[in-house]
Amino acid sequence: MSLPDRDSQCRHIVVVTGTGVITSLGQGKAANWQALTSGVSGISRISRFPVQKLRTTIAGTIDFISIPEPSAPAMSENLALLVMEEAIAEAGIGGNGDFPGPLFLALPPIEIEWPQRRALAAASGAGETVDYGDLARAAETGAFAGYYERFLFGSVAEHLAARFGIKGSPIVTSTACASGGTAIQLGLEAIRRGETEVAICVGTDASINPESLIRFSLLSALSTRNEIPEAASRPFARDRDGFVMAEGAGALVLESLAHARARGAGIIGVIEGAGEQADGFHRTRSSPDGKPIISCMHRALADAGVTPDQVDYINAHGTGTPENDKMEWLGVAAVFGERAAALPMSSNKSMIGHTLTAAGAVEAIFTLLSIREGILPPTINYDTPDPALPVDCVPNVARRQKIHRAISNSFGFGGQNVCLVLAAAPS
Amino acid sequence: MPDPRDAVITGIGLISCLGEGEDAHWTALNAEGGFQPVTVDGPLAGYPVHPMAKLELGRQIPKHGDQRQMEPWQRIGTYAAGLALDAAGVKGVPELLGRTDLIVAAGGGERDYAVDTAILSALPGSAEPEMLLNERLLGDLRPTLFLAQLSNLLAGNISIVHGVIGSSRTFMGEEASGADAVRIACARIAAGQAELCLVGSSYNAERPDAQLHYLMGGRLHRGPFTGIWNRETGLILGSVGCFLVIESREHAQARGAAPIAQIAAIATDRCGRAPNAARAIAEHQLAGMRQHLQPGATAVFSASAGVAPAMAEEAEFLAGLDLPVRGVANALGHSVEAAFPAALALAAFALGHQKLFAPLQAHPLEAPMPERLAAALVTGWGHWRGEAMAVLTQP
Repeated sequence: MSLPDRDSQCRHIVVVTGTGVITSLGQGKAANWQALTSGVSGISRISRFPVQKLRTTIAGTIDFISIPEPSAPAMSENLALLVMEEAIAEAGIGGNGDFPGPLFLALPPIEIEWPQRRALAAASGAGETVDYGDLARAAETGAFAGYYERFLFGSVAEHLAARFGIKGSPIVTSTACASGGTAIQLGLEAIRRGETEVAICVGTDASINPESLIRFSLLSALSTRNEIPEAASRPFARDRDGFVMAEGAGALVLESLAHARARGAGIIGVIEGAGEQADGFHRTRSSPDGKPIISCMHRALADAGVTPDQVDYINAHGTGTPENDKMEWLGVAAVFGERAAALPMSSNKSMIGHTLTAAGAVEAIFTLLSIREGILPPTINYDTPDPALPVDCVPNVARRQKIHRAISNSFGFGGQNVCLVLAAAPS
Repeated sequence: MPDPRDAVITGIGLISCLGEGEDAHWTALNAEGGFQPVTVDGPLAGYPVHPMAKLELGRQIPKHGDQRQMEPWQRIGTYAAGLALDAAGVKGVPELLGRTDLIVAAGGGERDYAVDTAILSALPGSAEPEMLLNERLLGDLRPTLFLAQLSNLLAGNISIVHGVIGSSRTFMGEEASGADAVRIACARIAAGQAELCLVGSSYNAERPDAQLHYLMGGRLHRGPFTGIWNRETGLILGSVGCFLVIESREHAQARGAAPIAQIAAIATDRCGRAPNAARAIAEHQLAGMRQHLQPGATAVFSASAGVAPAMAEEAEFLAGLDLPVRGVANALGHSVEAAFPAALALAAFALGHQKLFAPLQAHPLEAPMPERLAAALVTGWGHWRGEAMAVLTQP
């Protein structure tokens, strides 16, 4: 039996009717797509804070926007706000502060930061040594109530929900570097359940500050190719040495096809399916046999009701760490078999860096644009192929190629794996 | 009428200041001579907490290497998750664990307080404080501490230690995240998107940064313990680990697992907390689930933090229901993300005994209930945002 606007498993078909994006390449889809398809890098030397003594001094920061009292939650909220405005305007629904559905927000973890800690310490009047008891004395004055709200985990989503008139309790998710994918999966599931006709899924991350950078640096995850920042992010290249932290945000308005059609909305593409598979092997490393990554892609394809043969392009997680790219290729080779080496698989991170919590959402948008425009963004900095990874990474120059369906991978610390299946708008 | 897609609880893992598991909690809640709260002075002097009972970590986290990789909030949660899996008969069964969907509500992990205070002490005397900060963080932070801080690494540890690998999602956002974790699990089960879920949270109250946060907001109780319903000074944090195994009725039946309680209804919402806005949400939620309540056999389990004005508005709403109420934070302290799951756990224990435990506080809301207990209304208003409600019934 088949119903109109349902998929092969009789579920609501879920489409994307609006997107918004911001990265170090610029604000908005047009600016990003232009730069991305021209092979431009957004990575630069960090100027936001002094970088003396640091091993890594480069990042994909968003410095063309500034806000008062910057902090990771404040900046992440601001980026989310900008991309939600863009996505809602394009979707042409709920733009009057009355968005007719829920919010699924991928957000980096939150805690007070060094400027706040130092302000408390300064206000405490402590002498030579400062302890948390001193900070408590400063807190008791009530002068820091603003920090309390700002650094609640729920405050970013609350502010966005109030601003856009989101319905229901906003869901804030963190699955490390797979968070953006998880936010989209949550929205997909909610619409399939019939809980809502429309949802907005957002990934945002603006957490480049000294401690965040140092934490990744201490795990030896970051590139230290500081000399030429734009050449540091080198997914799939033999001399790749780590990822480059970056800021960004992406928002997608998801909608049931029936609802979108009924209101005559423009359709950007289809979220055909999503798959996830946790990995219990290690806190930062993938299971050496690649089984969780393989299973994650298989589950996504099964959820979409398609076979590997029907996939035309892979938007890789492609972080540029030695480990990730090796494991991702191993997984892709297992899932796609002989086709793997001929299947284009490029990494947006070569240009925008790793937008961490936002990556799954930002890259899903770029994947949808790749499908719609028939242009595959390149993997730049690919000048020393890794013989162990015979991947068609669309080296260095964008490629005109008509594609109908793609997958977008996201893998994160803590054994997080999410894969999305995205396809062209139904004719 | 039982439905194959009903969401039923088949395993509960609860640890708190009252001890480990159902028996320890039931004994403490029914103590002769009345309930006695367990509090100690917290890491910030003068501000009490409900401390975690002593745990034999090896019983649920056998490898010392795993224990060492975790900070207390992760040990608490991983331990409680193990208890829940044990209780549900899922522990150590790879076929089930491989398709168990994990949803964790989490905040962030502990910091290295010695490093923080050493740096804060050194900065004022430095000519180049930013450079000193870089140098000290790079030199003094343990590389693996990051993995004890990331919100999703409680879930990561549960995957590693217990082999729960069907899927893994972490929700953040204080009290609401704990309620939404349960709601999403139930919605997925009802829709056939999931069969078997492990859902829960952990909270370590014995952290100076946790207390400091609520103190900055003027929402931390100072001085001796007082019950939540007449507390005006703020919350008392409590260390809690709570996980629930929730599955479809047909899945539980097929594997011969005995349901403890049914989650007959659950709803969550938000508002900006204008006066009576949260109450209006609660009235609406109740109207949608009132049919599951059992006249004369229903009690309320409130996850209220004891922070005005939300507490006062909730107390007024609850008083209007004319049902016996138990303020769960009176027993366990306020456990933020874990508060709603923990309220569900105590409600499920009571339903299992078909009996409500004695009042936790001398207050008109907390009336004794000699009648048989057949349904539990569980409320979860966040101290700042988020309104949740659920009904548990006999399975």
